[in-house]
This record gives sequence, C-alpha cells and structure tokens, in this order.
Amino acid sequence: MEAAAAEPGNLAGVRHIILVLSGKGGVGKSTISTELALALRHAGKKVGILDVDLCGPSIPRMLGAQGRAVHQCDRGWAPVFLDREQSISLMSVGFLLEKPDEAVVWRGPKKNALIKQFVSDVAWGELDFLVVDTPPGTSDEHMATVEALRPYQPLGALVVTTPQAVSIGDVRRELTFCRKTGLRVMGIVENMSGFTCPHCAECISVFSRGGGEELARLAGVPFLGSVPLDPELTRSLEEGHDFIQEFPGSPAFAALSSIAQKILDATPMCLP
Amino acid sequence: MEEVPHDCPGADSAQAGRGASCQGCPNQRLCASGAGATPDPAIEEIKEKMKTVKHKILVLSGKGGVGKSTFSAHLAHGLAEDENTQVHQSGSGWSPVYMEDNLGVMSVGFLLSSPDDAVIWRGPKKNGMIKQFLRDVDWGEVDYLIVDTPPGTSDEHLSVIQYLAAAHIDGAVIITTPQEVSLQDVRKEINFCQKVKLPIIGVVENMSGFICPKCKKESQIFPPTTGGAELMCKDLEVPLLGRVPLDPLIGKNCDKGQSFLIDAPDSPATLAYRSIIQKIQEFCNLRQSEEENLISS
Repeated sequence: MEAAAAEPGNLAGVRHIILVLSGKGGVGKSTISTELALALRHAGKKVGILDVDLCGPSIPRMLGAQGRAVHQCDRGWAPVFLDREQSISLMSVGFLLEKPDEAVVWRGPKKNALIKQFVSDVAWGELDFLVVDTPPGTSDEHMATVEALRPYQPLGALVVTTPQAVSIGDVRRELTFCRKTGLRVMGIVENMSGFTCPHCAECISVFSRGGGEELARLAGVPFLGSVPLDPELTRSLEEGHDFIQEFPGSPAFAALSSIAQKILDATPMCLP
Repeated sequence: MEEVPHDCPGADSAQAGRGASCQGCPNQRLCASGAGATPDPAIEEIKEKMKTVKHKILVLSGKGGVGKSTFSAHLAHGLAEDENTQVHQSGSGWSPVYMEDNLGVMSVGFLLSSPDDAVIWRGPKKNGMIKQFLRDVDWGEVDYLIVDTPPGTSDEHLSVIQYLAAAHIDGAVIITTPQEVSLQDVRKEINFCQKVKLPIIGVVENMSGFICPKCKKESQIFPPTTGGAELMCKDLEVPLLGRVPLDPLIGKNCDKGQSFLIDAPDSPATLAYRSIIQKIQEFCNLRQSEEENLISS
C-alpha cells in the first residue's frame, strides 16, 4: 500500500506514532497508553497522547488533567501540556465537553470528521512519540484514525488483551483489522494477568491465564509482556498520579518498564 | 472546529441536516435533502414482530469490559432456569440458535465463518444489521428478550432505541465497575438514557470486591475511590440493583460457555446475581401489570 508523502503540517515534527488497539473493551488500552507514555517520558523522550475514544475519553482523568481548557494557536489547537518542561502533552474530546457527564451521542460520520481534525489540527510540535489511544472495536473511529495517520507512516499497533478466551476471541479480529489496513503489529500486551492477594500472597488468575502469549504465538507477532492486576496502579490512574515515578516497587512497574523498553528497542533511532 | 460537540438529531428527525449540530458533518447535505425524513417502515414491522416478546431489556454501559455480556448471559441463564419461561419457534424468518429449549441467541458472531473474521463496518452498515436482527429474527413467543450492547453511546445504541421505539422497551440495566474511570463513562450512559427517555431499571456494580479463594479475605482490585456505584446512584437518583464480586470461576465459565450460576451455586457472586435477577423480574412484572391496568381502565 503506497503511503502518500506526509504534507508539512502538525504531524511533521512527530517522529514515531504508535496506536494502542484492542478488539475488546475494558482490557486496559487507556491504562497501557498512559503508562507507556509516562515510561517513555521517564526515558527522556517527548511524548504526546491522542485520545480518540469519543464516547469514553479516559486519559484526562488518568493524567490528572480533567477540566483543563484547550486553546487555539496559529497552527490549530494547542495540546494540553501536563508538565512545565512540556515533555508530555495530551488531546482528548474530554477537554471539549462543557459538562463531563453529558454523553457524546454521535453517529459515525461526525465521529470521523472530528478524528480527522484531531489528527490534522492539533499543533503537537516536536515529539519523539505520539501514542494514540482508541476505543474498543473495529469501526468508524479505527478506520478514520488509520486513514488519517497513514501518510505519516505509524510505527505500528500495540494490541492489548486480557488472558481469557472471550477477550482473545475479540483480539483475533483486531489482528485481522491490522492486517487488512496495513498496520504493523508491534506486539501484544496481556493485561490483568493475575492478582497477588495482599493478605496471603497467593497469585490468582482472576481472568484466566496464558491467552495473550498463546495468541501472539499463533498469530506470529511479538509478545511484549504480561502486566498483573495491581490496585496501586488502578489507584494512581484514578487519582491522576505518575505510577512509574511513585511505585517502582509495585508488581506492575517491572512489566510496564520492560514493555516500554521493548518499544524503544524496536524504534529506529535515526530520522527517516 | 466547534467548541462543544452537540448531538446528532438523527438522520430521520425533522432537524436532520438543519440543526446546529449538523454543521460540519459529512452527511449534512444528504440529511438536509430529506432522504431520511420519511419514517423507516422497519419500525412498524419491528413493532409487529415484537408483539410476541413480553419483556425487552437492554444491557448497557458507557464503559467497555465491565461485564455487560457476562451479565446478559447470566441474566438469560437465570431467567431460563424457570422452565415455565418458554419459547415457541414458528419457523419463518431467521432462527435464533438455541442453547436450551427455552434459551435462544442471535449474534453477528454466528454469521462469521472464521474466528479471525473482523467486522470492519461503518455506522450505516451496522445499523442495517441491527435492523435485520430486530425485524427478521423469528423469536416466536418469548418472555424476555435481552439485548447486549457494545460500550459507548453511538450508532448501535441509537439504532436499537430507534428501531424498538414503537415496540416499548421495559428498561435498561446499566453495568459499571466501582472505580471512577468507569463511573465517568457510566454517568454519560445514564444521561443518554434520560435523553432518549429510556427507563432505567437500575445499575449493577460488577467486579465489586474480590474474595481470595485461598484465604477468603476480601481485597479491592478496582477501588471505589469516588464512592462507587452507590454514591453515583444516590446522586443521579437511579436504583442500585446490587453488587457482584469478582470470582475467577465467572471468567472460566464464560470461556467454556457454561452457566456460572449452576457451576458455583454457593458463590457470593451467584447470590448477588440471583438477587439482581429477581429485582429485574419484579420491575418487569410491575410494569406489565401497570400497563394491563391502564388498558382495562
């Protein structure tokens, strides 16, 4: 599939684009997107997050940015910067809602139009990585996002699953979507992979076990790692804290850091 | 780009293509031409088809992965345990797939030839499929039709509500998990139900606490940092139907296609499910007798 040369525009300064996908809802796409972005930032990279989940935008809360205002600049919309150094920025429909509890009840064509604008009209500036968080499924948002990003040659897709068969069943279909749309699968992450009881230290497979690794093997894609259930991680996301910085001893930290390192290792270092 | 996204009035509304929210939508010209203005004949056809279906319940959530499908399946299993809940199959139209004599299922999953097939459809095609499911499936005489939905507030949800508009939906059961990341999406879903005037039977808080099978002590995997469903229900004045704790056997049974209620009858989760199912039945029966009173008066 021929990729049109990227027009000079708001994505011209973005070196690498990663989409975070899953066929299944609630497996942790937004969680993994957020933690990956934080880990890359801690590795010294400049990172942006584009949240294209229009019905359920979770990222502003996960980064403690709810209620922040979005401003116009001469190149379009300025993303919301989360730190003084401007090393991590975010755009989400969550920032555009007057009332956070009000539902965004849009049919496909209007969602497609907004996603196109999010891709072309946000002035990201110079970024090492743009992490794109998506809603579950293989529909309007996903097609619109892949089409809009195609000229900028995304690095690929990180596909998130949980261990059990009902998730794997949906994620297989997502892998087909990636194949059909020409999106390279960088790897599979298995989230919610076991829970260590804080009282007796027994490790319990709350959502079954092993499915993610098995799927990666069958589909011939890299398995990036398993992230266990970790209430400290959940709490950090609820409260908008930087889990990577605050809980280096937590069970999920090692897994998330390892996944981020694999992404960095897989990233071509020189500019195209 | 507009400051605030406004809602699509619907392709067949009087405002189609003309409302403020239509500006900038790629379908605006098509809608404004009146292409969608005449009511879809399918709505009447579906109303006729649904006359043999006593109760229709939608299972919704703003959030993905909270357990809508798990709950839908177990609600169906629980209701079907009463052998008096019957289905008569008359043999015209699409046949549901029968798991038990009195438990039938229709899903796009049955129409896919391979487990790897992806349904990569835009809104209009999805709407067409949903219309067919409602109009062309021959459910026969059914006590309960449970409609499991995907997460969000988009085409699928609008279409189901639109096509069942004349057939009267008993109400919606809304599923959430305890943490704020779910609740913030579920509040939107409740707002959506209120906007489209869909009665809310109540909210189920799923994955509400975890009891370790080894030491039997409870932990919170998904902590209710902002008061959980209980506080949200109080604030929004909707009933809380119950809380279902996490039980590893639920996932295992779903993976094997079995009823968790039968496999683990003494689990706290089973007791929670049964109590919630009973409340749903009471709601539906009350609604039915209210309607009958109205007709006879």
